[in-house]
Amino acid sequence: MAATGFLLRGHMQNLLDALRAAGYRCVGPQVRDGAIIYDTLSQADDLPWGWRDEQKPGRYRLGRHDSPWGFAWANGPQGLKPLLFASADTLQTARRTDEGALHFESATPHAIATAVLGVRACDLAALRLQDQHFLEGLVPDPHYAARRADLFLIAVHCTHPAATCFCVSTGDGPRAEHGFDLALGETEEGFLGTAGSAAGAGFAKRLPLRAAEPREQDALEARITAAAAAQQRSLPARDLRAALFANLRHPRWEEVATRCLSCGNCTAVCPSCFCHAQSEEPTLDGLSSMSVRRWDSCFTQGHSAIHGIVIRADTRQRYRQWLTHKLGSWHDQYGRSGCVGCGRCITWCPVGIDITEEAAGICGSGHV
Amino acid sequence: MDAKPRLAVHKFSSCDGCQLAFLNQGAELLQLATLVEIVHFAQAGFVAPDATVDMAFVEGSISTPEDEKRIRLVRKNSRYLVAIGACATAGGLQALRNRAPGGAGWIAEIYPQPGHIHALPASTAVSAHVPVDAELWGCPVNGRQVLDAVRGRLFGVTPVVETDKVCLECKRQQGVCVLVAHGAPCMGPVTRTGCGALCPRLHRDCYACYGPAENANTQALGRRLADLGLSPAAIARRFLSINNAATAFRDAGDRWQEEDHGDA
Ligand code: SF4
Ligand code: SF4
Ligand code: SF4
Ligand code: SF4
Repeated sequence: MAATGFLLRGHMQNLLDALRAAGYRCVGPQVRDGAIIYDTLSQADDLPWGWRDEQKPGRYRLGRHDSPWGFAWANGPQGLKPLLFASADTLQTARRTDEGALHFESATPHAIATAVLGVRACDLAALRLQDQHFLEGLVPDPHYAARRADLFLIAVHCTHPAATCFCVSTGDGPRAEHGFDLALGETEEGFLGTAGSAAGAGFAKRLPLRAAEPREQDALEARITAAAAAQQRSLPARDLRAALFANLRHPRWEEVATRCLSCGNCTAVCPSCFCHAQSEEPTLDGLSSMSVRRWDSCFTQGHSAIHGIVIRADTRQRYRQWLTHKLGSWHDQYGRSGCVGCGRCITWCPVGIDITEEAAGICGSGHV
Repeated sequence: MDAKPRLAVHKFSSCDGCQLAFLNQGAELLQLATLVEIVHFAQAGFVAPDATVDMAFVEGSISTPEDEKRIRLVRKNSRYLVAIGACATAGGLQALRNRAPGGAGWIAEIYPQPGHIHALPASTAVSAHVPVDAELWGCPVNGRQVLDAVRGRLFGVTPVVETDKVCLECKRQQGVCVLVAHGAPCMGPVTRTGCGALCPRLHRDCYACYGPAENANTQALGRRLADLGLSPAAIARRFLSINNAATAFRDAGDRWQEEDHGDA
């Protein structure tokens, strides 16, 4: 894709101002509590200029570098998921009226138009999977749909993958190829911008862009190619469905269960996981009640509790559910694997269990 | 059937902190008083310890011969009995005395007239003495837990007892993991949720005050804490704290203490 123009680093505030003028709340990366997280962003100064990350299984650290770069890091714990599939959502309320009748009311999702700056390629791929799940099924989810409707996405190509990244092997990065409105590629002086939608092209006209020089384009290409080459991890194959289901009794399930905490951190940070549990929360007076849905995980007891029986009572079964769904039966449901290679489940696992190592160990090919 | 259900809050060997889960409710406490008749709750000024009630909340561990006698009476007088807090569900911090080497010898080392101390050999959970209908874990429990239990009872349903790990809620709150990002010895992966992931949200490691979660892999977490640089003695202390007598934590603590002595 040819670049639409070049944005100098010093003009990032203009971009944020233009988003606000267009009616968007801007969400962007910033350093908080020792990690790069996404939150409302109004000042370009709050972007993680000069920050670098160091990630490995079960470990994440940030450090400052003497560099003007603002996106020289790989993803932190969050993707787009928390913005669209909220970790807690009230679905409906039930109320007993004075006459004794029951009154049900759906909780209308109130979404504000949101622009997200800094979306990575893996998260665009995960967004596609979440769209399939929440919007393209039999009953579209109104909460997800409301937040998804007015979403403006500004992608940033990955130039600094972490040791835990493996999007090349899943075919989802490091270059943002589609699904964005505008994509930025960072270079020494600033950002090459490429529009990916009519809205993005229209928005680019409001930015103080200058023409991109071929050498800038080449430098960015070289950066992205190097980022792809730098990735250290990979899955044994894009489609592990048959291999996993042929190995349901592999001794490695037992072995990983001795290391796994069954804590659900992997599913919570995974940008494609969509499981949730619903509960009824009555007020003390007993006159009204809210139905609340919250993120759940196949690592909980409740996830497989049916009529008082917990089907997957132990960690061997729960870990197997995670892997065989994510890398196996996802193919049946959505036509591809559920893994986009973001590496979050590796970094944010408190004991550093590595999905690529486990998949290789169980599917029988590779480095374990 | 118009009479309001009668409620009692009893105290045994404890710090009184869990009772504040009721008292700190403000407006909801007034509402509670319209839904139930509070017949015994000494800290709130209602004293009728021997009254029969529909619903009794019991705070504190069973630590003295007097406790032991009284809990049987409370059970007999209560249709539905809910144990609240770490003391009542697991024996509390004071159960550390159960582990004291040399039995009760330490009493004489501390008290000038040890003859005045009438204690059972161990501080134990209410469920070790009488059948319990529900257990609310935590040190202390919070208002949401106790009021949910009251509401559930008024509806005639079993209260939802949370068993998941703190991590689930920590991630729902979008907290940055203090173990992964700071190397803090967080107990969240083995600890029961219910606190709203309070500590990790305030950037400190969970210290397991809600007791063991279901399917807690204390071995794997212990090994991870060792990787983070904690000594076997320090790891043992992480488990042998507020819920030291809860089975999963006691066993883990025992193992790391043995490791410690083995090293010495
Ligand atoms: S399975 Fe792990 S690496 Fe794959 S998308 Fe989910 S969090 Fe990322
Ligand atoms: S079953 Fe497990 S792996 Fe599959 S979507 Fe749910 S949480 Fe994710
Ligand atoms: S793989 Fe890691 S993050 Fe996932 S449940 Fe097991 S210990 Fe937790
Ligand atoms: S901070 Fe503690 S509770 Fe939160 S995810 Fe990490 S280990 Fe779990």
